[in-house]
Amino acid sequence: MPASRQQVLRLYRNVLRASHEFEYYNFREYFLRKARRDFRAFKGEDNTEAYNDGLKQLGILRRQSMISQMYPFDKLVVERLDERHHEIGAALDASTSHN
Amino acid sequence: MSLITISDTSLMRFAQLTRSVAAVSSRRLFATSAARATSQTSVNRMASVQQQQQQQQQQLQTDESKANEGHISFKNAYRDDSKFGKRPIYLDMQATTPVDPRVLDKMLPFFTGLYGNPHSSTHAYGWETDKEIEKARKNVADVINADPREIIFTSGATECNNTALKGVARFYGKRKPHIITTQTEHKCVLDSCRHLQDEGFEVTYLPVDTDGLIDLELLEKSIRKDTCLVSVMAVNNEIGVEQPIEEIGRICRKHKVFFHTDCAQAYGKIPIDVNKMNIDLMSISSHKVYGPMGIGALYVRRRPRVRLEPLINGGGQERGLRSGTLAPPLVCGFGEAARLVREEYDADHEHIVKLSNKLSDSLLSIPYTQFNGSKEHHFPGCVNISFSYVEGESLLMALKDVALSSGSACTSASLEPSYVLHALGADDALAHSSIRFGIGRFTTEAEIDYVINAIKERVQFLRDLSPLYEMVQQGIDLSTIQWAGH
Repeated sequence: MPASRQQVLRLYRNVLRASHEFEYYNFREYFLRKARRDFRAFKGEDNTEAYNDGLKQLGILRRQSMISQMYPFDKLVVERLDERHHEIGAALDASTSHN
Repeated sequence: MSLITISDTSLMRFAQLTRSVAAVSSRRLFATSAARATSQTSVNRMASVQQQQQQQQQQLQTDESKANEGHISFKNAYRDDSKFGKRPIYLDMQATTPVDPRVLDKMLPFFTGLYGNPHSSTHAYGWETDKEIEKARKNVADVINADPREIIFTSGATECNNTALKGVARFYGKRKPHIITTQTEHKCVLDSCRHLQDEGFEVTYLPVDTDGLIDLELLEKSIRKDTCLVSVMAVNNEIGVEQPIEEIGRICRKHKVFFHTDCAQAYGKIPIDVNKMNIDLMSISSHKVYGPMGIGALYVRRRPRVRLEPLINGGGQERGLRSGTLAPPLVCGFGEAARLVREEYDADHEHIVKLSNKLSDSLLSIPYTQFNGSKEHHFPGCVNISFSYVEGESLLMALKDVALSSGSACTSASLEPSYVLHALGADDALAHSSIRFGIGRFTTEAEIDYVINAIKERVQFLRDLSPLYEMVQQGIDLSTIQWAGH
């Protein structure tokens, strides 16, 4: 059964949140970029497979972002020290206005 | 001082810069003093010693060091550094790449529960690990359109290159004691060849043109009746030049010579098909494709069969070509990394091309810069650029906030200029002033912007210090200068 729009959005929000939890800048940016890219391609008729795959990915991201937090390093020279989770809301707004 | 025929002003400045150091080579001297000027710690240490000795001069001294700080600080011009982190940006993806978190996720179970020996065929612990290993083997093979049975896991690309070159040479060497390779190969290929020469083999080192490409006609002419192996790397590790692998494969097949290619930098980054390209042996490394270090794979063709004499003998694992127990966490991490490079190929490639173009366009807009290697036959993730009138090592010292390299990681400890750039016909000065930028999956656009800014500023800074650059600005041809003996 294809996933509903609401389910997809919830998955998207969770993936963004998990990606944001990465302590390491490059991984965080990569998975945020990947999430935006993947969910743009989510509009197909039958998205069951993509949705199930997305759930698996979410599991990986949650585990790995947690590990990333257990072994923190200094921030990179391009990273702001006062950075907050400001992007999730903005990204979600952008995606809902697109659809 | 040791320079003559230089304008008075530049001599003065040069003398000021190098007050305390005696006559060393002028280029080297300039480079070290510039690098020293950027080192905050040495300035501070000097200040603290003098503070103890002469209390009265304290105020004067700190004033001076403050003035120095203002002169040599690069960052404060356009932003407040206290709001940013300190860890350098990583732009050395040819040396190694970070392990992808998805790869680590695949590896962790092997450290927690899946600890069976994959070669134990009598119990379930062995079976479950073996099953995972075979999955990984398939993933690794799929990237290059090979059969999983043709993949031999080794400890890395260096072992692969050694096994391939020495293995083939020793097996067929009695009748065919001739090997062909190129001058720009990785050190482990060149060194293996040198050892084979000691054993009595003949090795032809093909030259490359100014673009870094080999001459196919010369290759065909160099193949003799007693040639057993041709070894050409697919993507160069220092300049990123892609050799015409398909054409080389065709020539080798035509003359019935085995073709080995070192694909450590090419695997998963450019399209490779071992059957279409007639590749007989191929070296692959895991840690260049976001996998773990300490694992690599050698592709050995089954039909027509390539026979090797193994370097490591033992229990006969890996078709007897590489004995020793496999490391399941590493193998499966490598397998996952291989699966990911295939899955993400289009997205990664698009991302890397975009950043690479941005970086090379911006850096080449600086005057007196040069792109090393061919521009058409080129892997975009490796950008090698020379900055004339700047010493590469001193630029690296000034760029503490970016992790870069002036060449291969294996040779970066020595200060000798890159033999690859020499093979391209570059002179010492150019080879010394080259920097390699490696861009990968995890590089971001913000990092590239930062690096462009930083390089522009610091190249300008180092050139402003350089009397040579001043002379060039005045229109003096440097090759006409007569240098006094040191």
